Amino acid sequence: MSNDRRKFILNIARSAGITALGGFIWSAYVDEVTASQLLLRPPGAIKEEDFLKTCIKCGLCVEACPYDTLLLAKPGDNKPLGTPYFTPREIPCYMCPDIPCVPVCPTGALDESSVTTNGELDINVADMGLAVIDDESCIAFWGIQCDACYRACPLLGEAITVEYEKNERTGKHAFLKPVVHADVCTGCGLCEKACVTEKAAIFVLPREVAQGKAGDYYIKGWDKEDEKRLENAQEIKTTTKISEKSAIDSLNSGMEDLY
Amino acid sequence: MRNLWNNYRYLFFRRFTQIGILVLYFGANAWGWTILMGNLSSSLLLNVVPLSDPYAGLQMLFAGAVMATDLLIGMLIVTIFYLVVGGRAFCSWVCPVNIVTDAAALIRRKLGVDAISKRQPASRNMRYWVLALSLIISAVMGITAFEFISPISMLHRGIVFGLGFGWAAMLIIFLFDIFVLKNGWCGHICPLGGFYSLVGELSQIRVQHTEENCTLCMKCKAICPESQVLYMVGKESLPVLSGECTNCARCIEVCDDDALSFSIRKLAKTKKTGE
Repeated sequence: MSNDRRKFILNIARSAGITALGGFIWSAYVDEVTASQLLLRPPGAIKEEDFLKTCIKCGLCVEACPYDTLLLAKPGDNKPLGTPYFTPREIPCYMCPDIPCVPVCPTGALDESSVTTNGELDINVADMGLAVIDDESCIAFWGIQCDACYRACPLLGEAITVEYEKNERTGKHAFLKPVVHADVCTGCGLCEKACVTEKAAIFVLPREVAQGKAGDYYIKGWDKEDEKRLENAQEIKTTTKISEKSAIDSLNSGMEDLY
Repeated sequence: MRNLWNNYRYLFFRRFTQIGILVLYFGANAWGWTILMGNLSSSLLLNVVPLSDPYAGLQMLFAGAVMATDLLIGMLIVTIFYLVVGGRAFCSWVCPVNIVTDAAALIRRKLGVDAISKRQPASRNMRYWVLALSLIISAVMGITAFEFISPISMLHRGIVFGLGFGWAAMLIIFLFDIFVLKNGWCGHICPLGGFYSLVGELSQIRVQHTEENCTLCMKCKAICPESQVLYMVGKESLPVLSGECTNCARCIEVCDDDALSFSIRKLAKTKKTGE
């Protein structure tokens, strides 16, 4: 009788233990395999964190892509399994005006509204990533004339512009330096594909990786729009033990025991 | 020849649907066919009807994803379909992993592995634990837990979109089923099978056993991948009501005595009470 009960309790404990063990291994594995940051998603993809839970991995976007740009991550690719991505240096996104890959998504992992302006699909507002230039290896920064990326850009003259600057080394030539404008760039990667250097000197990174953040406490005083953030600002007053006295008193205090 | 057909007719139809579905998916990706696009996780039939894996959708729900209308409609259609034809009909008529594990089971029988390891060291209820666990992990981690490790999707997605190292996962299951545990993956671990077992509890098309015809040869139990569902064989005339039955119909084919046949759940019940 008591032996039976012991067996029963032990069995339950064992099942629970094995389940917990399996659960931890499983969780750790899933956490590890979904941690890839350097992945470019199709246009209209929602935030990566939400994308990973919403994408059902059906590949309809991959089938819709006429350029075979999109791929589904295979075992061995070391990317979140089964999710769509693209590698611009291989095949960039050619920014189809009708964006065939987005409306076919059954789960909303690719969000049509994020690539829509005034009720019409608009690939120019897509945000797949941001092109970044390595000015050490970009030959335009050496003074050699090259505007391959500038010419390849589908938003020519908007997402990439060429800035002129005097070449002091020769004294009579100009640098024609490409500059990426983050507010326009869609991250399609046509520039990366076109780049003439052995390994692309301009390449697309996900925005979270490519960009920094100044923080809310910096306000552009010369920018009317940015200044508006101050309108509803409230003073935060921190009261501690030393702020009981005025600042000067506070600075001068604590000297008593010196004498 | 006639006998051969009689003994393998359902197996033929099952392989035909399993491979046929994959061919349609493959054609959609490779040649732009529009009959059936996507893969078994979610697809679009004839460019109109959405079909979605309800278990994947359930994980998304637990992970806290916003559920799109197309997805919900697709899940509903698939669930209703399997409520009618038998939940685990997915396993034996659609899932491509079934071909791998059936091959493993065949080799296991031919090698006589069961003779040296008669007792199976694991419970078939394990799949329900795995199912529950997948939902818990989905909720805690905010991610579709099984979809990121599923060898099933590795295979069907791999066949359509490129396999990568997916073959290794199949080899693992194959070897596991032969040498470690009989019907190990499909019959013990797979949470998708567990999910469809629960759906199958209510499904309408069922195998019916007629005890009067049974000669107790037990061929059906030897071939059945879920032999516990055939507990009534030779004892009582009952329909196989357990959701764990995959409706694979191998038992019907191997039975030389007409003691097993397909039937509709309701009819089968009235027959029983009529006796």
